[in-house]
Amino acid sequence: MKTKVLAIDDSRTIRNLLAAALEEAGFEYHCAVDGREGVDMYPDVAPDVVITDINMPNLDGFGVIEELRGDDINSKVPILVLTTESAPELKARARNAGATGWITKPFDDASLIFALKRVTGAAA
Amino acid sequence: MAGSIQDTFFEECEELLEAMDEGLTAIEGGDHDSEVVNAVFRAVHSIKGGAGAFGLDELVAFAHKFETVFDEVRANRLGLDTKLIQLLLRSSDHLSDLVSVARDGGSTDEAHHDVLISALEEYIEEEEEELVFQPMGLGGAFEASPIEAEKERTYNIRFHPLKDMYGTGNEPYFLFQTLADLGTLEVQLDDSELPGFDSVDTDESYLTWKLTLTSTESKSAVEAVFEFVEGLCELSIESDSDAEDEANALAALDAAFGVMPEEGGDQVAAPFEPPVSAAEPVAEPAVAETAPAATKAAAPKAEAAKSGPNPTLRVDLERVDRLINAVGELIINHSMLAQQIANLDVADLRDVETELEGFKNLARDIQEGVMSIRAQPVKPLFQRMARIVREASAATGKTAKLVTEGEATEVDKTVIERLSDPLTHILRNAVDHGIEQPEDREAAGKGRAGEIRLTASHRSGSVCIEIKDDGAGVNRPRVKQIAIDKGLIPPNAELSDSEIDNLLFLPGFSTAKEISNLSGRGVGMDVVKNAVTALGGRINISSTPGKGSTFTIILPLTLAVMDGMVVSVADQTMVVPITSIVETMRGSDDMVNNLGADGTLLSIRGNFVPVCDVGAALGLETSGHDQPPGVYLLVETETGQRSALAVDDIHDQRQVVIKSLDGVCGNIPGVAAATILGDGKIAMILDPESILAASPSAAAFDTERRMNNAIAS
Repeated sequence: MKTKVLAIDDSRTIRNLLAAALEEAGFEYHCAVDGREGVDMYPDVAPDVVITDINMPNLDGFGVIEELRGDDINSKVPILVLTTESAPELKARARNAGATGWITKPFDDASLIFALKRVTGAAA
Repeated sequence: MAGSIQDTFFEECEELLEAMDEGLTAIEGGDHDSEVVNAVFRAVHSIKGGAGAFGLDELVAFAHKFETVFDEVRANRLGLDTKLIQLLLRSSDHLSDLVSVARDGGSTDEAHHDVLISALEEYIEEEEEELVFQPMGLGGAFEASPIEAEKERTYNIRFHPLKDMYGTGNEPYFLFQTLADLGTLEVQLDDSELPGFDSVDTDESYLTWKLTLTSTESKSAVEAVFEFVEGLCELSIESDSDAEDEANALAALDAAFGVMPEEGGDQVAAPFEPPVSAAEPVAEPAVAETAPAATKAAAPKAEAAKSGPNPTLRVDLERVDRLINAVGELIINHSMLAQQIANLDVADLRDVETELEGFKNLARDIQEGVMSIRAQPVKPLFQRMARIVREASAATGKTAKLVTEGEATEVDKTVIERLSDPLTHILRNAVDHGIEQPEDREAAGKGRAGEIRLTASHRSGSVCIEIKDDGAGVNRPRVKQIAIDKGLIPPNAELSDSEIDNLLFLPGFSTAKEISNLSGRGVGMDVVKNAVTALGGRINISSTPGKGSTFTIILPLTLAVMDGMVVSVADQTMVVPITSIVETMRGSDDMVNNLGADGTLLSIRGNFVPVCDVGAALGLETSGHDQPPGVYLLVETETGQRSALAVDDIHDQRQVVIKSLDGVCGNIPGVAAATILGDGKIAMILDPESILAASPSAAAFDTERRMNNAIAS
């Protein structure tokens, strides 16, 4: 069974890049255009891993992590944060909220898949 | 694939730039609401993010500076004063230029670029870290590995997760799996810390793993596996390789990971130092603090989301056009049906006619609905124009402000696209020639800043775009003198004010004494007029000396349907666009003057207008060539010249659906397109302009006609 990824990003370009990389690598790709939609879609998609942008309208990435982690059932689902800069305080904040790891934009496909593999054990 | 993603990136950039402009305009207007500021920030941020993915370094670098300054604004560390707002506006213009350059090639003004960069840097605090734009950690590790790939090493890893790690979705098992991919892995569980069953705290972490990895990978690659759990575990990785090697790896790691956060400071040290038990609870208060605050902040945003924009659907333009075509057919089909039924010899048609009427209304509804899909608000177009005025003001040293109205007015997509150039030209002209220097304005009792009002509105089946400035108005004596000097009108011509104003549209007219670096680019208002007429529209100017000028552009709502006059020429039915017909008349013998072998002039109220026999011009067999038929259509071409088209008869005036001939047959001189009439017959839609160009009779009188027309218009 394919590993299901829910990607939350308000940039269409990033969503397209993610879709291309993930589908190529054999993941099942779902996407949401902002944090609110991502959280709303979550129960239906029931992803194996979530990738979320930080800076988004209608609920930012931190909010996404907090809301998802707020529900005990989701405490184990890996959440990867997509950040533009590798600012340490951003990462720390994301982790404190319960993020599993991070991917830096612009990402290369290999590191994206590598990161996903580390948190889901998915065969890439 | 990458190409098409890049295309969407540029498409998205357009939207983001619009959003940015919109936000900045609101900010300029005094709206400093945090949502507005955030929206602008996100737009710039997204442009930067996407640009980074495609290696558009210059764009990334500039967007980054812009974003950094805006971040200060967002964090309320920087006040929005006029100076800063102006800088942000100019930066947004420049950003949009950089996007264009990235997409279409070319280059931007480097000096301008540098000026903006240093202006932005003035607002950036010095300790701002340099932007390192490369995939962090992993990329470095991967790059390093091939060099050191020769040697196989053994790593002894001790891994003890802290309980916090389990709250972040990190699974030891998956980490081990990833490690196993790097080489041969032996896993040993140390459960010696596990207490007796009755004293187990289910939230506590008791397990420690000892891992032995034999791999050719560098130490940094091994450490990269644990990247996400740094600070969430006690970790030590020892390799059998020499100390120098380790130092290198550490340096690489430091460079890749940057400095770790302060609250995790103790934990960062953990991998390389003996485990510190006190390290573990530090992160916890931070969670407790941030969580409620963020949740609170999220709540109003969620409400805002509900009242957000309507969901939209992106559709290929081609599909919409196919639909428009089909609807056109439907309307034609209706009129055919109506005609057929009318021809039937049936006593009582009332019921059928009622149904037919219903059919017609439905078809019209569908047509309107489909047309509205192609329709777009003029807002983005108007927003771009604000920039034109800004730039023109800067270039001329004048102060002019653009005020827009009716931005929600919807116009056909193609019309919007093709309106951009004419509007740009008119606005540049308005700033350059219309608005006076601030001192002159003050002397005239006006405010120092000029105002240009750009308005869009719907007006009975057409769209009206008005550009009104409060400048000096048309300098009529000068305009007239120039027209005389250039031989566009005879020296003794008696012209009304409005006629003088309209001289501006004559080809070869340009009021600028010297070509200014702004509006004078070898294009005159005649080009504007041509562009508008090409869209099936009309443009007019009215002006009050000292008070300003107003340009009015009237455009059809759509390019798919037009009003046409159905005429017959040499037994053929044809359609002439209503917009190009000024007047129709039935000719009498005393109006027609033969001139030479193939020239005919029509005398209309004292003016002579060349006659063009449409049948002859199209190469059709006309029945009585000697005696031209009695109906004349007085047309005005795009250049303002008037001619009379001679046709056999006028039948009707109606809306016709335009069917392109492209791909059906080549370009036929004189024919613009075709349509299908109610009786199912195909009729050509004529293009008066090219008929006249092809007609020897019309060309023969060029000079005379021009002089006549200048007066007539």
